[in-house]
Amino acid sequence: MSSAAARNPSLWPALAGLAVALALAAFVLNALGVPKYAVDYRPAILGAAIAVWLLAWWVNSRLSALSLQDRTLNLLRNVFVALSFGVVLLFLWEVLVRAFNVPFVLLPPPSAIGVRIANSLPVLAADVNQTIFKAVFAGYAMGCAAGFIVAILADRFLFLRRGLLPIGNMVSALPIIGIAPIMVMWFGFDWQSKAAVVVVMTFFPMLVNTVAGLTAAGHMERDLMRTYASSYWQTLFKLRLPAAMPFIFNALKINSTLALIGAIVAEFFGTPVVGMGFRISTEVGRMNVDMVWAEIAVAALAGSVFYGVIALAERAVTFWHPSIRGG
Amino acid sequence: MDRLRDKIIPVTAILLGIAAIWYVGAYLMNAPFQRDLDRRAGETPTFSEFVVKTMTQPKPTLPAPHQVAVNFFENTFLRKVTSARSLVYHAWVTLSSTMAGFALGTALGIAIAVGIVHVTTLDRSLMPWIIASQTIPILALAPMIIVVLAAIGVTGLIPKALISTYLSFFPVAVGMVKGLRSPDMLHLDLMRTYNASSAQVFWKLRVPASVPYLFASMKVAVAASLVGAIVGELPTGAVAGIGAKLLNGSYYSQTIDMFSALLAGSVVAVILVSLVGLAGRVTERAMGGRPA
Repeated sequence: MSSAAARNPSLWPALAGLAVALALAAFVLNALGVPKYAVDYRPAILGAAIAVWLLAWWVNSRLSALSLQDRTLNLLRNVFVALSFGVVLLFLWEVLVRAFNVPFVLLPPPSAIGVRIANSLPVLAADVNQTIFKAVFAGYAMGCAAGFIVAILADRFLFLRRGLLPIGNMVSALPIIGIAPIMVMWFGFDWQSKAAVVVVMTFFPMLVNTVAGLTAAGHMERDLMRTYASSYWQTLFKLRLPAAMPFIFNALKINSTLALIGAIVAEFFGTPVVGMGFRISTEVGRMNVDMVWAEIAVAALAGSVFYGVIALAERAVTFWHPSIRGG
Repeated sequence: MDRLRDKIIPVTAILLGIAAIWYVGAYLMNAPFQRDLDRRAGETPTFSEFVVKTMTQPKPTLPAPHQVAVNFFENTFLRKVTSARSLVYHAWVTLSSTMAGFALGTALGIAIAVGIVHVTTLDRSLMPWIIASQTIPILALAPMIIVVLAAIGVTGLIPKALISTYLSFFPVAVGMVKGLRSPDMLHLDLMRTYNASSAQVFWKLRVPASVPYLFASMKVAVAASLVGAIVGELPTGAVAGIGAKLLNGSYYSQTIDMFSALLAGSVVAVILVSLVGLAGRVTERAMGGRPA
């Protein structure tokens, strides 16, 4: 730590700035709680809030400019800079909404959303269970597996590949989400219809990416496999599938977002009385916007965790890839 | 000749295969209901009569391709475009908010990309949040944006366009960051030997280098903003637009209408993506690019 500080003597002003920013922020949040007397002190609060923002910006730019040799320190710094941006955003949101009495239905302050999340954990848990653990996971697994298998078939038979790829590319531009009402009609109101939408939405990205990935192995390596007299399947499993992994994981990442969207939007067309999409559409109708925001926060968290788990798995599987090896 | 062998024949064969599977599926899915109808009416049709009946139900479980085609043709070409049943009318409603959202989203995406490329703090602090913002199932916000904006008196085109904007800014921002950073060190060094200012580097090197990336990401963005517009039409109470047409169809089990609305949406998507692709090719040619 001391050596890093010695190389970068500018670290201490940044820490001091951070302390001032935190103190100012505490003051502003405190002042918001004070009942309003005759004096309108909103300009002061606003000024302080803007000062916090500028200070945080300055601290961040100071920190970003540091060149850190240590990789852990570097990572910590990047995480801190990213997190502080989000925290400042939440802070400004809270202050502006409360200082200017923005109507609750338009934009509730983050603190109210937090309270709502804490108060309705059982409801949120039931919704997550219905939408994510049942619909998304089932549909995601089936859609990705089907896309993968068809991609292998398309790789084995040139004719199929030539026919399917242009169609697959075109379908990825289509508003597939529109099949949601049809699926609800076919498979009923429960999670099966949502899973069906997710299957269709995740199938094509997986197909297109896997087919592209299977061409990623170089000619040299393929020729080497041929000199070993390896069969099609040996080449596939030992060379071409590992080489295709970055592409496959790319599809898995794209699909993680698509799957959540598909399941939630499909619930707008009819569900049993549980599920994230159901909750969002009914609570919007009752103008309980804090519940809607709570649901969205949970969805965002779930989406990020889903994405993060896939990204971690990718690091483990494609440890050889330059983008990961290079750190 | 190669094009015929490598592309047209395989694609046509697969499409025909899909149509065949679709017909079989239509027969299988509509058969139970038709059998039920016949039993009640006391009819015993021959097999071929029965097959024809499964393909001509007014509200089939799965409409046969020709039913969808006929419905699509009637509602597109045979109706006045001002009629509420005309698909052209609905497609136009959706298209207008798609285009508004797409234009806004592209502008926002480019602005963010320029900021990220030139300001290190923005790169470190904003980029992770932009990526995180896309792991949020943002379409879930759509009904709230619509309803809340309606509550304060903003209705019509703008709320839908906002949803499209949100969905379309991301691909453009990410693609443009990549594009603006695509000139390699050699070229940047060359600019430095010319003593070029950073504005000159930007306009004469970075911007031209980013054009192919811009159009590639605009293709993704226009498709995304169409999806946003369609979903944005759902909570408005099914007034107008392709999304409204879908929702109406699902209220009244008008499967044929739903399929032809879906087809109309797909046609719009294909037209939009091709137009962006065409604009990209024209621009590249005007900039003196050679066909690869």
